[in-house]
Amino acid sequence: MAARTPPGIRPEGTVCMTTAAPPVDERVAEISRLRRILVRPELGSVVGAIAVFVFFATQSSVFRSLDGVAIWLDPASTLGIMAVAIAMLMIGGEFDLSAGVMTATTGLVVMILATEYGWNIWAAIFASLVVALLIGAFNGVMVVKTGLPSFIVTLSTFLMLQGLNLGVTKAITGTVQVSGLAKAPGYDAVKPLLAGTFTLFGVQFRVAILWWIAVAAVATWILMRTKIGNWIFAVGGNAPAARSVGVPAAGTKVGLFMTTAGAAWLVGTIGAVRFTSVQANIGIGQELIYIVAAVIGGCLLTGGYGSAIGASIGAIVFGMAANGIVFAGWDADWFKLFLGVMLLLAVLTNNLVRRYAEEVRR
Amino acid sequence: MTVPTDTTATTAPEPALLEVEDLVKYFGSVIALTGISTTVRAGGVTCVLGDNGAGKSTLIKILSGVFRQDRGTYRVDGEPVQFSSPRDALDRGIATVYQDLAMIPLMSVWRNFFLGSEPTKGFGPLRRFDVVSARKIVRAELAAMGIDIRDPDQPVGTLSGGERQSVAIARAVYFGARVLILDEPTSALGVKQAGVVLRYVAAARDRGLGVVFITHNPHHAYPVGDHFLVLNRGQSLGEFAKSEISREDLTRLMAGGAELDQLAHELDRLGTAAPGPEPAPAG
Repeated sequence: MAARTPPGIRPEGTVCMTTAAPPVDERVAEISRLRRILVRPELGSVVGAIAVFVFFATQSSVFRSLDGVAIWLDPASTLGIMAVAIAMLMIGGEFDLSAGVMTATTGLVVMILATEYGWNIWAAIFASLVVALLIGAFNGVMVVKTGLPSFIVTLSTFLMLQGLNLGVTKAITGTVQVSGLAKAPGYDAVKPLLAGTFTLFGVQFRVAILWWIAVAAVATWILMRTKIGNWIFAVGGNAPAARSVGVPAAGTKVGLFMTTAGAAWLVGTIGAVRFTSVQANIGIGQELIYIVAAVIGGCLLTGGYGSAIGASIGAIVFGMAANGIVFAGWDADWFKLFLGVMLLLAVLTNNLVRRYAEEVRR
Repeated sequence: MTVPTDTTATTAPEPALLEVEDLVKYFGSVIALTGISTTVRAGGVTCVLGDNGAGKSTLIKILSGVFRQDRGTYRVDGEPVQFSSPRDALDRGIATVYQDLAMIPLMSVWRNFFLGSEPTKGFGPLRRFDVVSARKIVRAELAAMGIDIRDPDQPVGTLSGGERQSVAIARAVYFGARVLILDEPTSALGVKQAGVVLRYVAAARDRGLGVVFITHNPHHAYPVGDHFLVLNRGQSLGEFAKSEISREDLTRLMAGGAELDQLAHELDRLGTAAPGPEPAPAG
């Protein structure tokens, strides 16, 4: 963060105090550095991530090796892309329960167009993006126009897409799985871009990690340094108030739904290209994992507060826990219990942080 | 432009910043306002007083462009206007600070200050919120109004009620308001905090703004007001210059004069100590 006044320095014009303002309170001028850090939304997730890392690192040597890192960053990357988008949407005060199945829808569109209809893969990917943005716009416009909770609107989209994914796939291919993308025209050019690997310190990492970092960086920049970011926080914090000062609240929200859909497109396409086949029923249940990651990352369920970095760290916590349990040689069934505990702790921490941030300093 | 001549036209050479005449507003069969006339001049504070249901909110909603009057004229700088939205009013320099303030509690003071009108720098996709100058401007503007916020980075939710009102007033002034309409800015505040806000009302007035100050508390209105428009059940009980009316008379008028005397009389007979004509100050 640039240009913070160091704690202890009071704003210019304090002189006016003596004459213009009454002695309102005993002003403690220093805002402690600690407090500044404590009110950051990411705090809880950073502490959680360190704790989880240390815990599993002591249990498994593979986990703490660079190879292990590459392994647990892999699931974290695609989850992270979605968690960042969902975090922005949640900061804007909305949910999207259709985000999980949308990763299947977008993947299926790419698959079906490229394999069944022989489209060039680039064209198929572009068509898939258009489909995703239309679904996102539908979600957004429905929420904005009806004023219904996004929870219920996107729950219906979730069900509709789930039905469409299975129904359309079965109608076209006769099965619930489409495969054979590797033979599609243009596949070899797309593969390194979306499903390739890169080598760092002699270890191969998935290229999706770079996409994730890029998405998180752009999202953070938008949230913290653009006026659209200001609007996102505002519509989530108090939409009527934002509207009354001229913020295009409806447009902002529709844009957020479309962003989420765009992220689902990226993740769905990465999955399709990487595995060269897509099951029509994938993605179901993932929407809750995205929300979990965003909440672990400090997003408030009530909107207006959160961060893209936090959501990314939430995704890392998820990736570490999912793989750490396996590396440690435990039954993977324990993972959900672990995740539940993490979520509960995160919500409790967020609540405290929020109260601390909002507490009136008299 | 020509100023239509009428009975209430003043002798001042310049037209008033804002002037309404014989406003009437119906809501269905309910007459919310009838025959309301008042003027707001640069550097003047017009107080609109009245009990609940007197029509204060309807009046400010007409002034701020939320409603349109059914009859009567509304002039800005002597020119008749028909606002179709608050944006129109804002474009003419009429800013309204509502009780609920349009501020986002979890956002910092500087982010709130510029919300909806963010300064940007850079071009194309790199166009960004100029946060450095935003912080600087907020600090300077608040200081110019005599508002000492400890830290523009603190969330608005951590400010006291008076400080929030003050920031909202400073924001309206910064964004070029010429007329400031304040809707009950002191009603939810304690005595001390209300004093802070009144000070900023005076500061805005001294900067040459016309202020419309809506309140139900004559003790808050009297010290800063120049003109007092007293409303009761949608009608004007008269508009008074400060020299024409004392604080006690204003209070009595507002509280419904004779009714209050009657009440005091009744309470007296019951053996209770008469409360006098003064309602307790808010807070």
